[in-house]
Amino acid sequence: MSHSHQRRLPVWALRTNGGAVLLFLYAPIILLVILSFSASRIPGQWGGFTTEWYATLFDDSRLQRTISVSVRVALVSTLIATVLGTMAALALERFTFRGRRVFDALLYLPIIIPDVTMAVMMLMFFSQSFNVVDAVFGLGISKGFGTIVVSHVAFNIAFVSVVVRARIAGMNATLEQAASDLYASRWQAFRYVTLPLIAPGVFGGALLALTLSLDDVVVTQFVAGPGSTTLPVYVFSLIRKGVTPTINSVSVIMLVASLILVAGSVALQRANASRGRQQLQTSGGTS
Amino acid sequence: MKLGAAELKREREERRRGFFLALPSFAYMLLFFALPLVIVLIYSFATRTSTGSTALSDWNLDAYRKLGEPIVRNVVVRSVVLAVITTVICLVVAYPFAWFCAHQRPTVRNVLLIAVMIPFWTNFLVRNYAWRILLSKGGPISTFTEAIGLGEVDILFTKTAVVIGLVYAYLPFMILPLYASIDRLDRRLIEAGRDLYGSGPQTFRRIILPLTMPGVIAGSILVFVPSMGAYVTPELLGGGKETMLGSYIVTQFLTARNWPVGASLSFVLMTVMLISTVIYFRSGGRNL
Repeated sequence: MSHSHQRRLPVWALRTNGGAVLLFLYAPIILLVILSFSASRIPGQWGGFTTEWYATLFDDSRLQRTISVSVRVALVSTLIATVLGTMAALALERFTFRGRRVFDALLYLPIIIPDVTMAVMMLMFFSQSFNVVDAVFGLGISKGFGTIVVSHVAFNIAFVSVVVRARIAGMNATLEQAASDLYASRWQAFRYVTLPLIAPGVFGGALLALTLSLDDVVVTQFVAGPGSTTLPVYVFSLIRKGVTPTINSVSVIMLVASLILVAGSVALQRANASRGRQQLQTSGGTS
Repeated sequence: MKLGAAELKREREERRRGFFLALPSFAYMLLFFALPLVIVLIYSFATRTSTGSTALSDWNLDAYRKLGEPIVRNVVVRSVVLAVITTVICLVVAYPFAWFCAHQRPTVRNVLLIAVMIPFWTNFLVRNYAWRILLSKGGPISTFTEAIGLGEVDILFTKTAVVIGLVYAYLPFMILPLYASIDRLDRRLIEAGRDLYGSGPQTFRRIILPLTMPGVIAGSILVFVPSMGAYVTPELLGGGKETMLGSYIVTQFLTARNWPVGASLSFVLMTVMLISTVIYFRSGGRNL
């Protein structure tokens, strides 16, 4: 820290600002966790330690139903989005084909588009297509689990493909060529060379999709049916009715779930980075 | 000649493989994304009937004309003002923080960047809810300010609360691109500025700021754009009073049942985002 260009920068001011930013980012989360153990009936006040509000969660069947819908929606939509997103990423990075540029642009849109616009799009699409299906086949379909999954996949394909594409772009195509020079079939080259190499990107994309699916309020609120609502939509409606200590404890559980996913992705990145270093070393460290 | 034909065949084969690999996701995106987008556009030219349903027969620009009416204009103005304030606060706070990160040892730097990323990954609704509790009457912040003799803080359900929530939600979006551009900064140029007797502020204005401009633009767009379309934050921290564009659009669908107006506003909002994105890529923000 003794570089000459740093002399005039007030280091203490930078440090204070840095501390303030970290405090600002973490204090609300930590206070929420602490307050979820407060015995007071008013959610923002401390009234002695209790785990009562966590116990109430186990009796709330509505809450448990929404948790189960959330988890199922997240798993199913992540699985579909990961498969489709990875295929899209491979096609865009490794092949040229008709309509490639249109597809490329189309895949950026869900990332840019505001939640609210996406929600509106899906609502209108389903109400229109349900009318059509009803008129043509006489089938009365209604919003619910299926519509939520379809909508989540629609925005998650884009996120998965961006993450996987970043991984493929940083990868050397010569390994796949070497495999085919050694008479590996297309499938073998993919299964034993490409797939293991892009695996961290695929997992990273899947984790992002899982997080986004578990997080979503706006789109889901528009496409959920009366019988099937996800946890965030349910909690959102509860908060609007009025805050209760039970919401504190549900929030902490949602927080812990998302922290586990973050830990997963950080661990993945680290494993990735250290494996990258190893590969460099074994190849003679030529860089 | 024969070899050329074989190559041509191989290339055609490759194109076909690529097409079939892309087909499932391409078809999915066309059916469940592009088509819905077209439907929204069509609806924005439709008419709302007296029963609240939508008549698709006679096309008009009524829904877009309605955007000029005082109620909608107020919502738009409020959204822009709050989004600008949010962006400026984020910029002022994030710039020194990003600078600080960029000048740490690699280990410290990584820890700081991960520390910034973690709240971004945690549940958005929960992060907003936390502020609702923090700012509530008799909540932690009020208790603290009373204890140190500043009196009660009663800002929940105000514009201030909404801005706090938005800054909290989108600050990481400002820090990361700023960090990326500050980290790329060639430090010899700063030293050159100093050697030529440039003062601190002069060096900042003439050298550092212009060189980190791509980060400033990228971060500003990444904060401004979602703030404009915010729905959850104004609902929870503005208490439904401080309606922003996002919440207004939702109301048009879920309560007012005026789909054409909701559709036209969604379309306008999306256009703002698209234009911002184009500016973002032009400013060299590709490598984020």
